[in-house]
Amino acid sequence: MATRITRRLDALKAEDRAALVTFTMAGDPNYQASLDTLKGLPGAGADIIELGMPFTDPMADGPAIQKAALRALKGQHTQQKTLEMVREFRREDQDTPIVLMGYYNPIYRYGVERFLKDASEAGIDGLIVVDLPPEHDSELCLPAARAGIDFIRLATPTTDDKRLPRVLENTSGFIYYVSVAGVTGAAAPTPEGVEQSITRIRAHTDLPIAVGFGIRSAEQAAAIGRFADAVVVGSALISCIEQADSVDAGTRDVHALVRELSQGVRRARSA
Amino acid sequence: MSSATDAIKRFSKGPDADGFYGDFGGRFVAETLMPLILELEEAWEWSRTDEAFRQELEGYQRDYIGRATPLYYAERLTEHLGGAKIYFKREDLNHTGAHKINNCIGQILLARKMGKKRIIAETGAGMHGVATATVAARFGMECVIYMGATDIERQQPNVFRMKLLGAEVIPVESGTGTLKDAMNEALRDWVTNVDSTFYLIGTVAGPHPYPAMVRDFQSVIGRETREQILEKEGRLPDTLMACIGGGSNAMGLFHPMLDDESVHMIGVEAAGHGIETGEHAASLNGGEPGVLHGNRTFLLQSDDGQITDAHSVSAGLDYPGIGPEHAWLHTQKRVEYVSITDHEAIEAFKLCCELEGIIPALESAHSLAHLRKIAPDLPGDHLIVLNMSGRGDKDMASVANWLEAHGDTDKLPDTTVEAAEPGRIDDMQPPHDVAKKTGETE
Ligand SMILES: Cc1ncc(COP(=O)(O)O)c(C=O)c1O
Repeated sequence: MATRITRRLDALKAEDRAALVTFTMAGDPNYQASLDTLKGLPGAGADIIELGMPFTDPMADGPAIQKAALRALKGQHTQQKTLEMVREFRREDQDTPIVLMGYYNPIYRYGVERFLKDASEAGIDGLIVVDLPPEHDSELCLPAARAGIDFIRLATPTTDDKRLPRVLENTSGFIYYVSVAGVTGAAAPTPEGVEQSITRIRAHTDLPIAVGFGIRSAEQAAAIGRFADAVVVGSALISCIEQADSVDAGTRDVHALVRELSQGVRRARSA
Repeated sequence: MSSATDAIKRFSKGPDADGFYGDFGGRFVAETLMPLILELEEAWEWSRTDEAFRQELEGYQRDYIGRATPLYYAERLTEHLGGAKIYFKREDLNHTGAHKINNCIGQILLARKMGKKRIIAETGAGMHGVATATVAARFGMECVIYMGATDIERQQPNVFRMKLLGAEVIPVESGTGTLKDAMNEALRDWVTNVDSTFYLIGTVAGPHPYPAMVRDFQSVIGRETREQILEKEGRLPDTLMACIGGGSNAMGLFHPMLDDESVHMIGVEAAGHGIETGEHAASLNGGEPGVLHGNRTFLLQSDDGQITDAHSVSAGLDYPGIGPEHAWLHTQKRVEYVSITDHEAIEAFKLCCELEGIIPALESAHSLAHLRKIAPDLPGDHLIVLNMSGRGDKDMASVANWLEAHGDTDKLPDTTVEAAEPGRIDDMQPPHDVAKKTGETE
């Protein structure tokens, strides 16, 4: 049975346009505001939603996402509350795929089997866990597959042709190409370089390929959306929340930027 | 193969091919780092059997570090405690003042072999930062040290030393501004500068192969100890003791004797204000298994899997995790792990100064404090070797602040409260009241 993620990406492929994938942090700046933000994302043009699970020590994230996690934790956000947010979201939206993204320890501590059961019931479609390379597939990737949850893996500029098949092996839903070696929010990649890498990965897989890291504007989203199956924007949205004068303004600014970005992916292949 | 002896024999064999010691260890890192870690593993495997590498390493250990370090009979402490016969393994006499350089010299030779030009490291007390800056200077490499802002304040002399040695010291403000945050920041640097950079981790933590590699380079401590005690006493020690931050000086002492069943081993964690207060750094005695910084081990964490802050008067023990091999040895009950409070450590620190004329590092003072508890009840022919992991010069401000805060002021020099006279080298260090803010509270 095709998952929500696969159905959505197949439909967009038929429309010949890239998906817009948004990343925001659960609980940032507080539970209610992040839920309000979440609920408005599909209407603003997000095709797939990545929701960050806050962690104290996000070693692959830049300052924007680090601070977002700490804001959420300061507000007593927990794994339970992240799942609760998704449950609330699903009451109104049964179609938009939701992927949880974060680090392994909070899941490990929750208990892998219990987490997968609760995540599945909440309506979560995929997981991205930064610190679980294929060497540790037995920890969470394979159990997630058994629970019907896609395990989406990152490929990076350091993943060479020799290693790529291993990275792809148990990946499902889509593959997430991290376009620069670095932390989230780092410098933008050049579209030419990224296109070459995407071509290289396509030679190894039929999975849709999402591109992320360093994409902040509609122009960049359009440039990447020309050849990638999905474009991921995270730090730029998180910065809207950080810089807003009020909680409501943060939500409004996120949705406004998502509308712009979605125009970007919609015009990417029409010019 | 079922006797207890055979079981004991396996203790030194880890890790397995995936870097696991039982359930602990592994390589829990972002994909960007995986190829680098595999490349490092290959270089490390090569170094273990390459004769030229071994000879070069031994040359630097002897002529640059000053090895072998003495195994010293602590006669007055032995008499004072009135029980077991006490030896110190004098890692404090190494170049740069602690065991840390044993590991740094090994890793920098690997970095050079791998063609890397830029060295990064995390540091807590600053001893690893100083040792890293030292070898980077010696081998002409660029060096960047990440150090928590809190630690920078309480370890000013070491910050100054690193700068003199040509390193750039980057303050880390995130989190609590201590060792774990410095490690996060070093990992972020590494994923960003993958081609040029070698990450020189300072303890037996991090993703495989680091815990095993650092252990290998530190094992010179235990190998020498074994030979020296056999020469002095004609037999192996009964008890080995070492303090534990990440666990490298302890693993270095323990590992060569893990399979010697008769040798009892004690690792001493920092209990800070007391384990019951929640303000401590005792991952084994007060933590739960989890995954951080590339390995599974015991961690200080909340029920929700968030890492909590460690506390210790000693910056070098202020880490919420512990090397995975220790986690395994703990669950196997091969090594006993105990904990010592700030207060007990300071008392033992003073005793060692007064009786032996040795100013120990505050880290090492934790093992001295446990020694004080157990030695009096042991017979005179019970041989204890305590790893004197470093010297206490770096800790003058921390100790002075602690004594002042506890009204123990009779030995405090005026200079702890007033700026140094003009023209002295101390002027190049920030005034002591900067260090005082964080030295100790209670
Ligand atoms: C003198 C000294 N001893 C011990 C330690 C703790 O580290 P480890 O447990 O890795 O030996 C440190 C760390 O900075 C140190 O400086």
